Amino acid sequence: MAEAGAHSPLHVFQIEPIVPIHIGRYDVSFTNSALLMVIALVLTTLFLVVGMRRQALVPSRWQSLAEISYEFIANLLRDTIGNEGKRYFPIVFTIFMFVLFGNLLGLMPYSFTFTSHIIVTFALAICVFIAVTLLGIARHGLHFTTFFVPPGVSPALWPLLIPIEIISYLSRPISLSVRLFANMLAGHTLLQVFAGFVGALGLFGILPLAFVVALTGLEFLIAFLQAYVFTILTCLYINDALHLH
Amino acid sequence: MTERKPPHSLEDLDARVREAQRRQAGAGPARDNEKAGGSALGMAWRVGIELVSALVVGVAIGYMLDRWLGTKPWLLIVFFVLGSAAGVLNVFRATSGLGGTVGYRKRLTDAKPDGKGKNGEG
Repeated sequence: MAEAGAHSPLHVFQIEPIVPIHIGRYDVSFTNSALLMVIALVLTTLFLVVGMRRQALVPSRWQSLAEISYEFIANLLRDTIGNEGKRYFPIVFTIFMFVLFGNLLGLMPYSFTFTSHIIVTFALAICVFIAVTLLGIARHGLHFTTFFVPPGVSPALWPLLIPIEIISYLSRPISLSVRLFANMLAGHTLLQVFAGFVGALGLFGILPLAFVVALTGLEFLIAFLQAYVFTILTCLYINDALHLH
Repeated sequence: MTERKPPHSLEDLDARVREAQRRQAGAGPARDNEKAGGSALGMAWRVGIELVSALVVGVAIGYMLDRWLGTKPWLLIVFFVLGSAAGVLNVFRATSGLGGTVGYRKRLTDAKPDGKGKNGEG
Protein backbone atom coordinates (compact mmCIF):
# COMPACT_ATOMS: atom_id res chain seq x y z
CA MET A 1 0.00 0.00 0.00
CA ALA A 2 2.76 2.39 0.92
CA GLU A 3 4.73 1.69 -2.27
CA ALA A 4 1.63 2.01 -4.44
CA GLY A 5 0.52 5.12 -2.61
CA ALA A 6 3.83 6.90 -3.06
CA HIS A 7 3.25 7.27 -6.82
CA SER A 8 -0.44 7.97 -6.71
CA PRO A 9 -1.51 11.55 -7.40
CA LEU A 10 -3.82 11.25 -4.43
CA HIS A 11 -0.97 10.59 -2.07
CA VAL A 12 -0.89 14.24 -1.00
CA PHE A 13 -4.30 13.83 0.57
CA GLN A 14 -3.16 11.00 2.81
CA ILE A 15 -3.79 11.60 6.51
CA GLU A 16 -0.91 10.36 8.62
CA PRO A 17 -0.90 10.27 12.39
CA ILE A 18 2.04 12.10 13.92
CA VAL A 19 1.27 11.49 17.58
CA PRO A 20 -1.02 8.45 17.86
CA ILE A 21 -3.62 8.96 20.58
CA HIS A 22 -6.43 6.50 21.27
CA ILE A 23 -9.22 7.26 23.69
CA GLY A 24 -11.43 4.23 24.10
CA ARG A 25 -12.34 3.04 20.64
CA TYR A 26 -11.74 6.43 19.08
CA ASP A 27 -8.66 7.40 17.19
CA VAL A 28 -7.93 11.02 18.10
CA SER A 29 -4.35 11.02 16.86
CA PHE A 30 -2.61 14.29 16.17
CA THR A 31 -2.35 14.04 12.39
CA ASN A 32 -0.64 16.05 9.69
CA SER A 33 -4.03 17.67 9.07
CA ALA A 34 -4.24 18.79 12.70
CA LEU A 35 -0.63 19.98 12.58
CA LEU A 36 -1.38 22.20 9.60
CA MET A 37 -4.46 23.60 11.36
CA VAL A 38 -2.33 24.49 14.36
CA ILE A 39 0.25 26.08 12.07
CA ALA A 40 -2.50 28.07 10.36
CA LEU A 41 -3.76 29.31 13.73
CA VAL A 42 -0.29 30.23 14.95
CA LEU A 43 0.61 31.98 11.70
CA THR A 44 -2.64 33.95 11.67
CA THR A 45 -2.07 35.06 15.23
CA LEU A 46 1.55 35.98 14.54
CA PHE A 47 0.58 37.79 11.35
CA LEU A 48 -1.90 39.97 13.17
CA VAL A 49 -0.13 40.44 16.49
CA VAL A 50 3.31 41.11 15.05
CA GLY A 51 1.83 43.18 12.25
CA MET A 52 -0.05 45.43 14.66
CA ARG A 53 2.64 45.60 17.34
CA ARG A 54 3.72 49.08 16.41
CA GLN A 55 0.62 50.92 15.33
CA ALA A 56 2.32 53.50 13.18
CA LEU A 57 0.37 56.16 11.37
CA VAL A 58 2.30 55.30 8.24
CA PRO A 59 2.07 51.51 8.30
CA SER A 60 4.91 49.13 7.67
CA ARG A 61 4.42 46.30 5.20
CA TRP A 62 3.11 43.82 7.75
CA GLN A 63 0.87 46.36 9.41
CA SER A 64 -0.45 47.32 6.00
CA LEU A 65 -1.28 43.70 5.20
CA ALA A 66 -3.01 43.21 8.53
CA GLU A 67 -5.01 46.39 8.03
CA ILE A 68 -5.96 45.39 4.48
CA SER A 69 -7.28 42.04 5.64
CA TYR A 70 -9.19 43.73 8.46
CA GLU A 71 -10.74 46.29 6.15
CA PHE A 72 -11.52 43.68 3.53
CA ILE A 73 -13.72 41.72 5.92
CA ALA A 74 -15.13 44.85 7.57
CA ASN A 75 -16.22 46.16 4.17
CA LEU A 76 -17.62 42.78 3.23
CA LEU A 77 -19.72 42.72 6.38
CA ARG A 78 -20.94 46.27 5.87
CA ASP A 79 -21.82 45.60 2.26
CA THR A 80 -23.70 42.38 2.86
CA ILE A 81 -25.24 42.84 6.29
CA GLY A 82 -25.12 46.56 6.92
CA ASN A 83 -24.18 48.30 10.10
CA GLU A 84 -25.35 45.47 12.35
CA GLY A 85 -22.79 43.25 10.70
CA LYS A 86 -20.00 44.67 12.82
CA ARG A 87 -21.07 42.46 15.71
CA TYR A 88 -20.24 39.36 13.70
CA PHE A 89 -16.82 40.56 12.63
CA PRO A 90 -14.78 38.29 14.96
CA ILE A 91 -16.30 35.02 13.81
CA VAL A 92 -16.37 35.96 10.12
CA PHE A 93 -12.78 37.21 10.21
CA THR A 94 -11.66 34.03 11.99
CA ILE A 95 -13.35 31.84 9.40
CA PHE A 96 -11.82 33.83 6.57
CA MET A 97 -8.27 33.74 7.95
CA PHE A 98 -8.48 30.07 8.87
CA VAL A 99 -9.70 29.00 5.44
CA LEU A 100 -7.32 31.36 3.64
CA PHE A 101 -4.27 30.16 5.55
CA GLY A 102 -5.37 26.56 5.12
CA ASN A 103 -5.61 27.04 1.36
CA LEU A 104 -2.34 28.93 1.11
CA LEU A 105 -0.34 26.64 3.38
CA GLY A 106 -1.49 23.72 1.25
CA LEU A 107 0.35 25.25 -1.70
CA MET A 108 3.69 24.99 0.07
CA PRO A 109 5.78 22.06 -1.16
CA TYR A 110 5.59 18.95 1.07
CA SER A 111 2.65 20.53 2.84
CA PHE A 112 -0.87 19.29 3.38
CA THR A 113 -4.16 20.99 2.53
CA PHE A 114 -6.65 20.45 5.32
CA THR A 115 -9.35 22.27 3.33
CA SER A 116 -9.16 19.49 0.72
CA HIS A 117 -10.91 17.14 3.13
CA ILE A 118 -14.68 17.19 3.08
CA ILE A 119 -14.95 16.50 6.80
CA VAL A 120 -12.99 19.64 7.67
CA THR A 121 -14.97 21.92 5.38
CA PHE A 122 -18.21 20.24 6.36
CA ALA A 123 -17.47 20.74 10.04
CA LEU A 124 -16.86 24.44 9.37
CA ALA A 125 -20.00 24.71 7.26
CA ILE A 126 -22.23 22.89 9.73
CA CYS A 127 -20.98 25.16 12.54
CA VAL A 128 -21.88 28.19 10.43
CA PHE A 129 -25.24 26.64 9.57
CA ILE A 130 -26.18 25.80 13.16
CA ALA A 131 -24.96 29.16 14.44
CA VAL A 132 -26.94 31.04 11.80
CA THR A 133 -30.07 29.01 12.48
CA LEU A 134 -29.76 29.63 16.22
CA LEU A 135 -29.18 33.31 15.53
CA GLY A 136 -32.35 33.44 13.46
CA ILE A 137 -34.36 31.70 16.15
CA ALA A 138 -32.90 33.92 18.88
CA ARG A 139 -33.66 37.04 16.88
CA HIS A 140 -37.13 36.18 15.67
CA GLY A 141 -38.39 33.34 17.87
CA LEU A 142 -41.22 31.41 16.26
CA HIS A 143 -41.40 34.06 13.60
CA PHE A 144 -38.33 32.37 12.15
CA THR A 145 -40.54 29.68 10.63
CA THR A 146 -41.92 32.27 8.22
CA PHE A 147 -38.48 32.12 6.67
CA PHE A 148 -39.66 29.03 4.85
CA VAL A 149 -42.79 30.67 3.50
CA PRO A 150 -42.04 32.55 0.30
CA PRO A 151 -43.74 35.94 0.28
CA GLY A 152 -46.39 36.77 -2.27
CA VAL A 153 -47.46 33.18 -2.89
CA SER A 154 -51.01 31.93 -2.45
CA PRO A 155 -51.46 29.59 0.53
CA ALA A 156 -52.68 26.85 -1.80
CA LEU A 157 -49.10 26.37 -2.96
CA TRP A 158 -47.58 26.30 0.52
CA PRO A 159 -47.66 22.48 0.92
CA LEU A 160 -45.51 22.25 -2.18
CA LEU A 161 -43.24 25.21 -1.67
CA ILE A 162 -42.45 24.90 2.03
CA PRO A 163 -40.76 21.47 1.66
CA ILE A 164 -38.80 22.86 -1.27
CA GLU A 165 -37.69 25.84 0.78
CA ILE A 166 -36.69 23.59 3.67
CA ILE A 167 -34.65 21.33 1.38
CA SER A 168 -33.10 24.41 -0.16
CA TYR A 169 -32.18 25.67 3.32
CA LEU A 170 -30.79 22.30 4.43
CA SER A 171 -28.64 22.08 1.32
CA ARG A 172 -26.70 25.18 2.39
CA PRO A 173 -24.03 23.50 4.52
CA ILE A 174 -23.52 20.86 1.84
CA SER A 175 -23.07 23.31 -1.01
CA LEU A 176 -20.90 25.53 1.18
CA SER A 177 -18.56 22.73 2.20
CA VAL A 178 -18.49 20.87 -1.11
CA ARG A 179 -17.57 24.03 -3.01
CA LEU A 180 -14.44 24.65 -0.96
CA PHE A 181 -13.48 21.00 -0.73
CA ALA A 182 -14.02 20.25 -4.43
CA ASN A 183 -12.05 23.27 -5.57
CA MET A 184 -9.07 22.41 -3.41
CA LEU A 185 -9.20 18.70 -4.20
CA ALA A 186 -9.52 19.24 -7.95
CA GLY A 187 -6.75 21.82 -8.07
CA HIS A 188 -4.26 19.79 -6.10
CA THR A 189 -5.05 16.58 -7.98
CA LEU A 190 -4.52 18.38 -11.28
CA LEU A 191 -1.19 19.74 -10.05
CA GLN A 192 -0.09 16.28 -8.96
CA VAL A 193 -1.13 14.61 -12.20
CA PHE A 194 0.69 17.11 -14.37
CA ALA A 195 3.72 17.08 -12.11
CA GLY A 196 3.79 13.31 -12.61
CA PHE A 197 4.07 13.84 -16.37
CA VAL A 198 7.15 16.02 -16.02
CA GLY A 199 9.49 13.15 -15.20
CA ALA A 200 7.74 10.61 -17.40
CA LEU A 201 8.02 12.60 -20.63
CA GLY A 202 11.75 13.25 -20.50
CA LEU A 203 12.71 16.22 -22.65
CA PHE A 204 9.11 17.02 -23.50
CA GLY A 205 8.47 17.28 -19.80
CA ILE A 206 9.06 20.99 -20.19
CA LEU A 207 5.47 21.35 -21.46
CA PRO A 208 3.72 19.93 -18.40
CA LEU A 209 6.26 21.77 -16.26
CA ALA A 210 5.20 25.07 -17.82
CA PHE A 211 1.60 24.07 -17.30
CA VAL A 212 2.23 23.27 -13.64
CA VAL A 213 3.81 26.69 -13.15
CA ALA A 214 0.78 28.38 -14.67
CA LEU A 215 -1.55 26.16 -12.68
CA THR A 216 0.20 27.04 -9.44
CA GLY A 217 -0.55 30.70 -10.14
CA LEU A 218 -4.16 29.80 -10.73
CA GLU A 219 -4.22 27.82 -7.50
CA PHE A 220 -3.13 30.90 -5.56
CA LEU A 221 -6.05 32.78 -7.09
CA ILE A 222 -8.41 29.94 -6.20
CA ALA A 223 -7.06 29.81 -2.64
CA PHE A 224 -8.05 33.45 -2.16
CA LEU A 225 -11.27 33.18 -4.11
CA GLN A 226 -12.58 30.17 -2.24
CA ALA A 227 -11.80 31.68 1.14
CA TYR A 228 -13.65 34.79 -0.04
CA VAL A 229 -16.61 32.76 -1.30
CA PHE A 230 -16.87 30.82 1.95
CA THR A 231 -16.80 34.08 3.89
CA ILE A 232 -19.27 35.97 1.74
CA LEU A 233 -21.76 33.12 1.87
CA THR A 234 -21.43 33.07 5.65
CA CYS A 235 -22.21 36.80 5.61
CA LEU A 236 -25.21 36.28 3.34
CA TYR A 237 -26.54 33.57 5.64
CA ILE A 238 -26.16 35.82 8.67
CA ASN A 239 -27.94 38.56 6.74
CA ASP A 240 -30.80 36.19 5.94
CA ALA A 241 -31.13 35.19 9.57
CA LEU A 242 -31.16 38.82 10.72
CA HIS A 243 -33.57 40.21 8.16
CA LEU A 244 -36.02 37.47 7.34
CA HIS A 245 -37.90 38.94 4.42
CA MET B 1 -6.51 61.84 -21.60
CA THR B 2 -2.99 62.91 -22.40
CA GLU B 3 -2.70 65.61 -19.78
CA ARG B 4 -1.49 64.50 -16.39
CA LYS B 5 -3.99 64.49 -13.60
CA PRO B 6 -3.39 67.31 -11.17
CA PRO B 7 -2.65 66.30 -7.60
CA HIS B 8 -5.72 65.81 -5.50
CA SER B 9 -7.12 69.12 -4.46
CA LEU B 10 -8.08 69.75 -0.87
CA GLU B 11 -11.78 69.74 -1.76
CA ASP B 12 -11.36 66.36 -3.36
CA LEU B 13 -9.57 65.06 -0.29
CA ASP B 14 -12.24 66.56 1.93
CA ALA B 15 -14.95 64.81 -0.06
CA ARG B 16 -13.14 61.51 0.14
CA VAL B 17 -12.58 61.84 3.88
CA ARG B 18 -16.24 62.61 4.40
CA GLU B 19 -17.24 59.68 2.21
CA ALA B 20 -15.01 57.38 4.24
CA GLN B 21 -16.41 58.73 7.51
CA ARG B 22 -19.94 58.26 6.24
CA ARG B 23 -19.20 54.66 5.36
CA GLN B 24 -17.51 54.08 8.68
CA ALA B 25 -20.59 55.38 10.44
CA GLY B 26 -22.56 52.84 8.51
CA ALA B 27 -24.99 55.10 6.72
CA GLY B 28 -24.65 53.03 3.58
CA PRO B 29 -27.50 50.62 2.93
CA ALA B 30 -27.03 46.90 3.06
CA ARG B 31 -26.76 45.63 -0.44
CA ASP B 32 -26.85 42.03 -1.41
CA ASN B 33 -23.83 40.72 -3.13
CA GLU B 34 -24.44 38.34 -5.97
CA LYS B 35 -20.86 38.11 -7.12
CA ALA B 36 -19.98 35.29 -4.80
CA GLY B 37 -19.07 33.05 -7.69
CA GLY B 38 -16.33 35.27 -9.02
CA SER B 39 -15.51 34.29 -12.58
CA ALA B 40 -17.69 32.43 -15.04
CA LEU B 41 -15.93 29.23 -14.01
CA GLY B 42 -16.76 30.03 -10.39
CA MET B 43 -20.38 30.50 -11.35
CA ALA B 44 -20.34 27.18 -13.19
CA TRP B 45 -18.95 25.45 -10.09
CA ARG B 46 -21.52 27.14 -7.95
CA VAL B 47 -24.46 26.18 -10.17
CA GLY B 48 -23.38 22.55 -10.37
CA ILE B 49 -22.85 22.23 -6.66
CA GLU B 50 -26.10 23.99 -5.73
CA LEU B 51 -28.05 21.70 -8.04
CA VAL B 52 -26.51 18.50 -6.73
CA SER B 53 -26.46 19.37 -3.03
CA ALA B 54 -30.18 20.12 -2.90
CA LEU B 55 -30.86 16.87 -4.73
CA VAL B 56 -28.68 14.96 -2.26
CA VAL B 57 -30.50 16.48 0.71
CA GLY B 58 -33.88 15.70 -0.85
CA VAL B 59 -32.98 12.10 -1.60
CA ALA B 60 -31.47 11.63 1.88
CA ILE B 61 -34.61 12.94 3.57
CA GLY B 62 -36.81 10.76 1.37
CA TYR B 63 -34.71 7.67 1.97
CA MET B 64 -34.65 8.13 5.73
CA LEU B 65 -38.36 8.87 5.97
CA ASP B 66 -38.99 5.72 3.92
CA ARG B 67 -36.87 3.63 6.27
CA TRP B 68 -38.63 5.13 9.26
CA LEU B 69 -42.22 4.92 7.99
CA GLY B 70 -41.81 1.78 5.88
CA THR B 71 -43.28 3.32 2.74
CA LYS B 72 -40.47 1.98 0.67
CA PRO B 73 -40.19 3.77 -2.66
CA TRP B 74 -42.82 6.51 -2.47
CA LEU B 75 -41.37 9.18 -0.23
CA LEU B 76 -38.01 8.75 -1.93
CA ILE B 77 -39.66 9.53 -5.25
CA VAL B 78 -41.55 12.51 -3.82
CA PHE B 79 -38.47 13.97 -2.17
CA PHE B 80 -36.36 13.31 -5.25
CA VAL B 81 -38.71 15.58 -7.18
CA LEU B 82 -38.79 18.15 -4.37
CA GLY B 83 -35.01 18.06 -4.13
CA SER B 84 -34.69 18.64 -7.86
CA ALA B 85 -37.04 21.59 -7.56
CA ALA B 86 -35.03 22.95 -4.64
CA GLY B 87 -31.86 22.54 -6.69
CA VAL B 88 -33.31 24.48 -9.59
CA LEU B 89 -34.53 27.11 -7.13
CA ASN B 90 -31.03 27.38 -5.66
CA VAL B 91 -29.57 27.81 -9.13
CA PHE B 92 -32.17 30.42 -9.97
CA ARG B 93 -31.29 32.34 -6.84
CA ALA B 94 -27.57 32.00 -7.41
CA THR B 95 -27.71 33.22 -10.98
CA SER B 96 -30.23 36.00 -10.49
CA GLY B 97 -28.30 37.43 -7.57
CA LEU B 98 -30.81 36.78 -4.82
CA GLY B 99 -28.20 35.36 -2.51
CA GLY B 100 -29.73 32.68 -0.38
CA THR B 101 -32.90 34.49 0.54
CA VAL B 102 -36.37 33.12 0.36
CA GLY B 103 -38.61 34.58 -2.30
CA TYR B 104 -38.48 35.02 -6.00
CA ARG B 105 -37.77 38.71 -6.32
CA LYS B 106 -35.23 41.12 -4.98
CA ARG B 107 -36.23 42.76 -1.79
CA LEU B 108 -37.79 46.14 -2.46
CA THR B 109 -35.47 47.91 -0.05
CA ASP B 110 -32.29 46.96 -1.80
CA ALA B 111 -33.44 46.67 -5.37
CA LYS B 112 -30.95 48.84 -7.15
CA PRO B 113 -30.77 49.71 -10.82
CA ASP B 114 -27.16 48.56 -11.09
CA GLY B 115 -27.85 45.24 -9.44
CA LYS B 116 -28.17 43.44 -12.75
CA GLY B 117 -25.74 42.58 -15.47
CA LYS B 118 -22.49 42.56 -13.58
CA ASN B 119 -22.24 38.87 -12.95
CA GLY B 120 -18.87 37.50 -13.80
CA GLU B 121 -16.71 40.21 -12.32
CA GLY B 122 -14.75 39.26 -9.28
